[in-house]
Parts: sequence; structure tokens; C-alpha cells
Amino acid sequence: MNNILVADKVSKQFGSHIALNQVSLEIPKNSIYGLLGPNGAGKTTLIRIINQITYPDKGMIFFEGKPLEAKHIAMIGYLPEERGLYKSMKVGEQALYLAQLKGLSKADAKMRLKYWFERLDIGDWWNKKIQELSKGMAQKIQFIVTVLHEPKLLIFDEPFSGFDPINANIIKDEILQLREKGTSIIFSTHRMESVEELCEYIALIHKSEKLLDGKLSEIKRAYKNNIYKVGLGVQGANGLLEDLKEKFKILSSEYVDHGLQLNFTVQLPSADTGAFLSHLSGKANVNNFTETIPSANDIFIRTVQTNSIYE
Amino acid sequence: MTFLSPILMVGMVVLIVYLTKINDNQSKVIGVLNDSDYFSTDFQSTESTSFLKFKDIDVEAAKDSIMGMGYYGLLYIPEGDNLEIVANKAVFYSKDAPGSTLLDNLENVFEDRLRLQRLQDLGVSVSDFERIDHHFEMTTSTFSGERNLKGINEIKAFIGGAFGYLIMMFIIIYGGFVMRSVIEEKTSRIIEVIISSVKPFQLMLGKIIGTSLAGVTQFVIWIVSGVLLFGLVIMIFDIDPSAFNAGTENTPGLVGGAAYMAASDSAIQLYANELFKIPWIMLICFFMVYFVLGYLIYSSIYAAIGAAVDNETDTQQFIFPIILPLMLAIYVGFFSVFNNPHGPIAVGFSLFPLTSPIVMLMRLPGGIGEGGVPYWELTVSILLLIITFMGIVWLAAKIYRVGILMYGKKPSYRDLIKWLKY
Repeated sequence: MNNILVADKVSKQFGSHIALNQVSLEIPKNSIYGLLGPNGAGKTTLIRIINQITYPDKGMIFFEGKPLEAKHIAMIGYLPEERGLYKSMKVGEQALYLAQLKGLSKADAKMRLKYWFERLDIGDWWNKKIQELSKGMAQKIQFIVTVLHEPKLLIFDEPFSGFDPINANIIKDEILQLREKGTSIIFSTHRMESVEELCEYIALIHKSEKLLDGKLSEIKRAYKNNIYKVGLGVQGANGLLEDLKEKFKILSSEYVDHGLQLNFTVQLPSADTGAFLSHLSGKANVNNFTETIPSANDIFIRTVQTNSIYE
Repeated sequence: MTFLSPILMVGMVVLIVYLTKINDNQSKVIGVLNDSDYFSTDFQSTESTSFLKFKDIDVEAAKDSIMGMGYYGLLYIPEGDNLEIVANKAVFYSKDAPGSTLLDNLENVFEDRLRLQRLQDLGVSVSDFERIDHHFEMTTSTFSGERNLKGINEIKAFIGGAFGYLIMMFIIIYGGFVMRSVIEEKTSRIIEVIISSVKPFQLMLGKIIGTSLAGVTQFVIWIVSGVLLFGLVIMIFDIDPSAFNAGTENTPGLVGGAAYMAASDSAIQLYANELFKIPWIMLICFFMVYFVLGYLIYSSIYAAIGAAVDNETDTQQFIFPIILPLMLAIYVGFFSVFNNPHGPIAVGFSLFPLTSPIVMLMRLPGGIGEGGVPYWELTVSILLLIITFMGIVWLAAKIYRVGILMYGKKPSYRDLIKWLKY
């Protein structure tokens, strides 16, 4: 049993609006799982169902193989996208309260809070009120409160919003550390660069439906469509480009280095590059030849766009 | 505020008593220019009014001197052939329209004199008249022979009314407190953090029960410290408790007087006895019961409203329908229960759960059981309250659950009904 969480055909409807339509997911243990999708796709609804804030109309959620129930709340840590703290309460007091809500004892919570406050270098904030802190500072508190009870599953909804790049990096490192320690992490975002950096697995949700899911590397392999970047050493325009255009699908081309180099991208009919390379041999020097792997962003945009066309 | 409020309240009562005394002490001076042959002995100065008699000057001069001295007014009684003519021609001059009590007193003097004159015209002597003009009061009694006191129902209902009014105030104040706290959690966006740890229903109920206990605590502090303070104040200032209802009956009449005063003195004693007989402990216990139940119902609605909106300004349209039954209860209570504590309207409103906490408390000072609120009515009204509470909490929780995660749009009633189905 390698999945921390399994969603089985989960559907949720609000009035006439379908928020989730038969979404199934498998989130492997000890991984960082990216939940991607445009705004309003249904990510937050799915996350709220996992947190038992709302309940699915149809379908089931399994946590470590067992149907999700109230006791699992203490094993999940959730950092919502819409997040905040009591503005006029003191940082320490508030963190203690929220930790105790998650089932920690007061002494235990205090000890762990001290550790985290030291770790993130905010020890002297204990007696400050939230309204005295900047947004980024409050986010740090929020992060600590989310991870404090050492949950088995952490759910971060846009965790880096509100952080400056330096603190975003600190938080990113902390997330990776938590993964090292065995925590499974669901990471909901539409910021693709952080997906590339962090996620091993992704699922793409669009208009209440899951469009694709799986290991990011496999998805990328599946989405690469034999496009190669080629750089040839040539002696000015000599008809080679025209010849290539007749025989292959050239997507774009340009001469650089005063006509001494021809760069172009080509889409080959299959993954077999032999025919193309042997066609070139003798005609020009192959300076570089790289396969383009689609970025998560490309996959995201492509999938969302293709699915929108069929509306 | 918890400890300060009772002090403020007692202080206010002391202030009112003190001000009333000052007000009474400051007597009005009224000039009397009497050119007629009548009324020569009628205008005797009293504590509140002193009469200054003018002689042998004309009206304008009298008016000028009254104005010059800054006195209250001038009563001019012209010459005339008989009393009727004189009375009809008499004029009261004053800077502003005269106070109604003063005018009544003056009119009473004329009325009495006219009545005597007319009786004499009809051949009735003064002594005959005094025998006729006797204040009469019906003796009322219960079937079991206890003496009933007139107005005691009103006094009892008034005491109940005070409790009912307190309940209304607390529901509005503490309900608003619950509502604002829900709105605060919503606007500060902490709500989603919290409900990922506790169920929305738990959060809502915890909030409501917490504030209701705070309310009960506040009441207990008020009642204890209020009783202590009143005792202290009465001891220190030596205030006669009967001063609260005296002061209205002192009309300077020609007849009546001493005997009536003596009668009312013993009546005060009877009323005091009756007040002591009110089952205060029972009343306070039921007050707590009705306060808690009524509060639970209303504050669940307040919580739902807080969850439905984004800020306090949007709450108006939802708050009005809540205040309405409360106001209705107070007014129905004051107008209907005072007259007839066990009439059909009073019974109906003391059973209807949204008004019963207030109206039932107005009826309760009359006691429970025989002669008071029947046991079945009390039981039914409390049962109805409990059932309603469960129903309302169930509905409110549904609105709350959806509302706390909704931002941006100000919901209509139709939206709220839609949320119930999510």
C-alpha cells in the first residue's frame, strides 16, 4: 500500500454548478504531488473535501487505505490559499491555540513552537500581535502552525504567495526537508516553475474534471512530440533549407553568425532520428541536436487549450 | 464593564432619585391678582408652588412685575357678578406654556369651588357634600379569601417585564457579539485554518455556548453586586423605598386628604408584602433557563448571518427580521400581559418560541400553578424552545458551513435557501 491518499470518483455539486466530476487520484506516500489547474477548476473544493470541510456528493476518499474519517484530521496539515490569523491576538498565544486544536498538548506545542521559531529565526515575535507583523512574517507563522503537529499529509495551497523570493526559498527548503522526513505533500498551484522544481507527480484539473495525472517525468515523455532543435554549420544560403523544408516538417528557422549557422526546429514523424540525421550527413556539419522536452507550463497550457476547444 | 455596569446602574437610580428631589424642591412662584370676591383663601402655598398675592394694581403692572422678577406666571381673576362668570374670565399668564401638573392643580381649585357653588345652588350644604364626596375603592379578593391588590398585576408584570427586557438586551448585545466574531474570523481569513481542525458545527456551537456562559456569568455578577450595592446605597443615603411611587397623588384638593394618605400608607405595606411574596428565586432560575434557551436560538441565527456576509454593513437586512419578534414580544408584553397576564394573547406569545423567553417571564412573577402560569404552559413553552433551538441550530449550521467559505457576493434570502440544500 503505497498511497497515502486515494480519491475514488469524487463528485461535488453546488446547486447547478458542478465543482468536481468523478475525479480519481492516487497520491503516493512520501512524494510531492502537484495539483494543477486554472482558477476555479475545482482544486480548492477537492482539497476541502480531503480536509473534511465539505463532503463529496459521490465517491470516496481513502487515507492510508481506510475511508476518511474525523480522526484523520489530526494527521493532515493544511495551509489554505485564503489564509489569515486573528489580528489582535499575540503570535505565541495564537500558535499555541491552533496547535492545541490539532490535538497537541500545551507543553508539547510550546516545545515544538520554540524549535520552529528558532529555526525560522523569529524567536522574538512571540509576544507581538499579528497586526504588527508584515504579510510575509504572518505567512511564516502560518507555515509553522500548519506543520507543527507533524502530519503525515501536508496540503499547501499556493504556499509561496505573499513571500519575498528569499523567504520563498527558505519555505521551499523546509518543504523539501519535510519530504525527506517522510511526509507526503500535496501542492496546489498554478505557478509552474515551482511545480518543475518540487513535484514528482502531478494531476491536472480543469473545469471540474481531471485531465491527466501521473509521474511528471512520464507525462513529459508522453507529451514530447519529437521536436528537435538543430544547429547546422553552413556556407550561406545554399538551398539546404529549401531541401529540408520539402522533406521534413520545419517549424521555424533562422540564419545566425552572418549566415554561417542555420538554426531550426523540426518535428519528426517518429522518435527515430536516424533517417533525419543520415539525410543531413555530408550536407552540413551538425553543431547541435537537442530534443525539446515540454515544460510543465507547456503541458498545462496545451492540455487546457485542447480541452477548451472541444467545449 | 462586567463589574462597572452594576455600579453605573445603581448610580443612575441614585441620580434619578436625587434629581427628582431637587426638581420637587425647586418651587414655582405664581402671582395671583384676584379682583373678585371669591378664592380669597384657596391659593395656599405648597412645597412645590408658592402663591404671591397682588392687590390693587392693574393686570399689566402685575404681568410686568412677574416678568421682571422672573417668576413662573400670573393668575388673573377678574371682577364679576357671580362665580361662573369670574371663573370663565380667569386667565393664567406665563412665559411658556404652563406645565400640565400645575395647570391641573389650578383647574382643580376652580372645579372644586364651582362644584361647591353649584351644589349650594341646588341646596346641598358643605357638610352634606363632604359626606357624599367619599373616595371609594373596591375591595378585591381571591376565591380563597386572600386580599387582592389593585395594580399588583401591573407591578408584577413590570418586574417580569424588566427581566424580559434584560433578556432582549442581552440577546441583541451578545448575539451581535457572536455575529461580529464570525465576521472577524471570515474577514481575517483564519476561518479555513480553523475548520480544517474542528468541524464548522463545533466551532459555531462552541462560540454560541461560550458567549452564553459569559452572559450568565455577567448576570450573576450583576445580580449579586447589584443587590449588595442597592443595600449599601439604601443604608448610606437612607432612601425611603416608598419614595419611588409617591409624588403623584399630592394634588391640593379641598377635601379627602389625610384619611386617603393613611389608607395609601397601609396599601404600600400590603404591596411591599405582595412583592416579597413574589417567588424571586424561582423567577431568577427561570430567567436563566429562558435566557439561555432564547439566547441559543437567537445567537444561532446571528451566527448564520455573520457567516453569510463579508462585513457588518451588510447585516442590516438580515438583522431586522430578528429584532422584530423581540420588539413584538416586548410590546405585546407591555400592552397585553400587563392587563391580563393569563389572557389568550399572553398565553399564545408565551408559548411561541421566538417570543416566549420575554413574554413568559412577564407572566411568571404571578407564580406557577394555581393563580399563576399553569404547569403545562410552562412545560410546553420550554419544550417548544428546546425543539426550536435544535431546529434553528440545524438550519443555521447549514448556512454557516457554506457561508464562512463564501466571499465577495452579498447573499440574498434566495441564496441562503439555496445554501440549505448544499
